[in-house]
Amino acid sequence: MIALKVNGISRQFNGDPNMPLLWYLRDEIGLTGSKFGCGAALCGTCTVHVGGEAVRGCVTAMSDADGKEVTTIEGLDPDGNHPVQRAWRAENVPQCGYCQAGQIMQAAALLSQNPDPSDQEIIDGMDGNICRCGTYQRIHAAVRTAAKEV
Amino acid sequence: MAQILNLSRRDMLKTAGASGALVLGAHLAPRGLFGEAQAAGAAAAPNFFVSIDAGGTVTLTCSRSEMGQGVRTGMPMIIADEMEADWNRVKIWQAPGDPAKYDPPGKDAQNTDGSRSTRHGFEAMREMGASARYVLEQAAARAWGVQPQEVYAKDHRVYHTASGKSLGFGDLAGAAAKIKLPEGDAKPKMKHPSEWKYIGKDMPAVDNYDITTGGASYGADVSIPGMKIAVVARSPVYRGKVKSFDATEALKVQGVEQVVEIPPLADDKGAEFRALGGVAVIGTNTWSVMQGRDKLKIDWDLGPHVAHDSRTYDDKLRASARKGGMKIRDRGDVDAALKAADKVVEAEYFVPYFIHTPMEPPVSVVDATSMPVKIWAATQSPNQARQYVAEALGIDKKDVTCEVTLLGGGFGRKSKADFICEAAILSKKAGAPVRVQWTREDEIRNGFYHAACAQSLSAGLDKAGKVTSWKHAGAWPSIVGLWNPVAKNGFGIEFGLGLVDLPYNNVPNIRIENGEADIMIRVGWYRSVNNIQHAYAMNCFANELAVAAGRDPLEMLLELIGDADNMDLAKDGVEKYWNYGDSIEDWPIMPNRLSNALRTVAVRSGYGKTMPTGHGLGLACHRSFQSYVATAVHAVVRDDGSLHIPRVDVAIDCGRYVNPEGIRKQVEGAVVYGNSIAREGKITTTKGAVDQGNFDDYPVTRISGAPLDVQVHIIEDFTHLRPCGVGEPAVPPYTPALVNAIFDATGKRIRQLPIGDQLKKI
Repeated sequence: MIALKVNGISRQFNGDPNMPLLWYLRDEIGLTGSKFGCGAALCGTCTVHVGGEAVRGCVTAMSDADGKEVTTIEGLDPDGNHPVQRAWRAENVPQCGYCQAGQIMQAAALLSQNPDPSDQEIIDGMDGNICRCGTYQRIHAAVRTAAKEV
Repeated sequence: MAQILNLSRRDMLKTAGASGALVLGAHLAPRGLFGEAQAAGAAAAPNFFVSIDAGGTVTLTCSRSEMGQGVRTGMPMIIADEMEADWNRVKIWQAPGDPAKYDPPGKDAQNTDGSRSTRHGFEAMREMGASARYVLEQAAARAWGVQPQEVYAKDHRVYHTASGKSLGFGDLAGAAAKIKLPEGDAKPKMKHPSEWKYIGKDMPAVDNYDITTGGASYGADVSIPGMKIAVVARSPVYRGKVKSFDATEALKVQGVEQVVEIPPLADDKGAEFRALGGVAVIGTNTWSVMQGRDKLKIDWDLGPHVAHDSRTYDDKLRASARKGGMKIRDRGDVDAALKAADKVVEAEYFVPYFIHTPMEPPVSVVDATSMPVKIWAATQSPNQARQYVAEALGIDKKDVTCEVTLLGGGFGRKSKADFICEAAILSKKAGAPVRVQWTREDEIRNGFYHAACAQSLSAGLDKAGKVTSWKHAGAWPSIVGLWNPVAKNGFGIEFGLGLVDLPYNNVPNIRIENGEADIMIRVGWYRSVNNIQHAYAMNCFANELAVAAGRDPLEMLLELIGDADNMDLAKDGVEKYWNYGDSIEDWPIMPNRLSNALRTVAVRSGYGKTMPTGHGLGLACHRSFQSYVATAVHAVVRDDGSLHIPRVDVAIDCGRYVNPEGIRKQVEGAVVYGNSIAREGKITTTKGAVDQGNFDDYPVTRISGAPLDVQVHIIEDFTHLRPCGVGEPAVPPYTPALVNAIFDATGKRIRQLPIGDQLKKI
C-alpha cells in the first residue's frame, strides 16, 4: 500500500509499486495535465513536484512517492494564477502547449530554489525540458518575468 | 464556395456539438474542447461557423487542426472581425471531420498541412462573419421598423444610426435566426480592410489559459467509458510481418487483458497511411501494456527492406545525383554555357533522414463497437482518418465520425492515419473502445521519414563574375513510394518544393534534373518538406559562387534573383508546376518579393558590419508555401568548435496577414525547428531497422542550443496581395543562413547535415 498526497488530497495506491508516477496520475486518478513525451527522463514533458522538487514523472516509481506530497500542474495554484502561469500567458509562450505543463512545473521549482536566476541559470535550469515548437525564447523571457513576482 | 445556410439550433446540435459532449467520462472531462459551447444552446446559427446564444455568447467554429500554429486563434479572428463580435465574448468550438460543412473553400477537406489554412480560408471566414453580421443587422432593422442601411453592427451590438439606440447580439439572436440570407451570388457585404479591428492586430492564443493550467485536451487525454489502452509491437523493418508470437509472459502482467495481432497489410496494397500490422497488447492502463509488450516474443519475417543500410544507401543517392536523370526544368543551353565559362564551380550537398518527434507521440481513441464508428484523435486530417478507418473496417466513410483534439505538435506526422487505423482494428477485435498510445521509440522507429537527399550542383561564371549557368540534380526516395513502392523518381509536388522553382531568375541557362532512388522506408511530409534540402543547397551554393567570384554574397544573391514581378516556369519547359495546389495567376512566383525580403533582412541584421574573429553573418532566402522569407544568422564559432547563435533576423513576406503575434511565434519556432535540422539528430538504418529510439540518440534543440534572440520582421510592402503560408516557410532558409554564417566565421563549408561535431574538426 502506497500512501501519498496529490495536490493536497490524500490517496492510496494498491497497484504495481514500480508503476511510474506519471501513469498513476494520468490513468489511475485522471490528472491528465502531466504529459507523456519520452518515458526516459529525456524531455521533461511529465515534470511534477514531489516534496517541492521537480521530478520526471515518467521515471519516478510509485514506491518513491510513498509518503510524499505530489503537486501537478492542476494543483500548482487553485486559480491557475501562479506567477509562472501568469508570466507564461503574459509572454504568450505556448504554441501546441503539450510540453508547457512540464516547462511551467520546472520553472516554478527553479524559481522556488533560486528566485533571481541569471540568464545562464535559467538556461541551465530549463535545459532538461524539450519544446519542439521552439518556444524557448519566450520561455526564457517568461521565467525572467515570473522571477520579478516570486 | 459552399452555400451558406441559416441553420436552426436543432440542426446545429445534431450535426456538430452533441456527439462529442455525450461521450467523455465525467471524471476525466477535459475543459473546453468538444461539444460544450454548442450544447450550451445556440439561438441563432447563420452558418456552420457562427452561433449566437441568447446571452450574447458567440461561438465560432475552428475547422482546422490546432498543432501550435495558432489556427484556433487566427481563423476565428477573421470571423469575429467581419461580424463585429467582441473577442472577449467569443468561444471557439472545434469542428469534427466533415468537409461538406467545415471546408467552405472546398480545397483540402480540412487537411491541416501545407501552411494553407489562412491562405485558403481567409475569404471564406470573412464571408461567414459577414453573413452573421447581416442577419443581426436585418433583425435589428426589423425590430425597429427601419431600413437595414440605417443600422450598423459594432462591438457585439447593433446600432440605429439616427437615434443611437442599440441592441446586443444576444438580444437579437432569436430574431436573427429567422432571417434568410440572400440567395445565389448576392453575398452580404464585407468590411473594407480599413475597418478591420482584429485582422492585422496582435492576439494572444485562445488556449493559453487551458494550456497553462493543465486543462487542454490532447489525444491521450480523451477517456471514454469502457475504454482499453493498447500499445503495438511493430516490425523493426518497413513492411516486415509477424511470423509467430508468444504472449504467455505478456499476459501474466497485471492489467494486461488481451494480446491480439493486427494483420499485416496485403502485399499488393501500398502503405499509404494504413496500419502496417503488428502485435497489440491491450489492457487497463498504459504502464501495464507497455510492460506486457516488452515481454512479447515475436518472430518477424523482416522482408526485403532488410537490405536498407543508410550508409550504403546514402552513397547510392550521391551517385544518382551526380548522374542526374529526368529533366524537370531546362532553360537555355547549360552544357554550352558550362563549356564557355571562365570558371566552373561544383559541389555536392547531403541531407539525411529526419523524423518529426512532436512532443506528443501519435495517439488516438476509436470506438468501433457500434455505428457510427467514432474517432477522437490528434489528427491533422480528420477526413482522411475517416476514410482509412472505414477501409480498415470494411465500412463506409459516412459511418465514421472524427473529433479532433488539440495536437501536441504535428509537423506532418499526424496527417497520416496509420495510428488511428490501429485503434479502429483493435477496438473491433477487443469489443471495446481502444486508445492506442505510441511511445517515443515507436514514433522514431516506425515513422514516415523526411526523405534523405543528395544534390549535385555545378555552375559557370564569366570573367565578370556573373553566373551564366546553373545545373542542379537531386535524388531522394519519393513520397510516391507510399502508393507505388517501385517508383524511382519524384513527382510534381516534390519538384515544386523549392527545386524546379529555383528562384535565380536572372541566370540565363538553368537545368534541373531528378535522379532515381529506391524506396526502402516510409517517407512522408515533414515541416516544409523537400524545401529543406533544396533551400540549403541552392543558398549555400550561391554563397560558394560569390566566394569563387570574389564577390559579396548579398550582391550575388540579389543579382541571381533579380526584381522581376513574375517568373514563368512554363517558359523553361516545366510541366504542370504544382504551386502548392494554388493557381499561378492568384499566387505567381515573384522574384521581386524575394529580393525585397532579402534586402530587408540585410538591413535589419546589420549585414556588412565588421565582425570580430570567429563571428559570421550568413544570409539565405527562399519562397515556399507562397511566402517569401529571408533569414540572417549571426553565428559564433569558438576555438573548441562550439557554436553559439547570438541573434537571428527573419524577414517574412506572407502577403495579407491576420495575427502578427502568431506569425512571430511561428517564425521563432521555425528557427528552432531549423536549428534541430541543421545541427542535431539524423536517422540512420542498419539492416533495415532505424538505429535511433529516443532523444538521447536523436537529439533535438534544447534551450541551451537555441537562438534566444530571434527578431521577426513582417514585411508590409505586399499586404495588398493574397495571404500566404506561415507555419512552414521560415524553416527552409534557416539552415543555409547558419551554414553561410559558419563559413563567414571560419571558412569551413558544411555540405552535409547535421552539422553535429563537424566544427570540432576545423
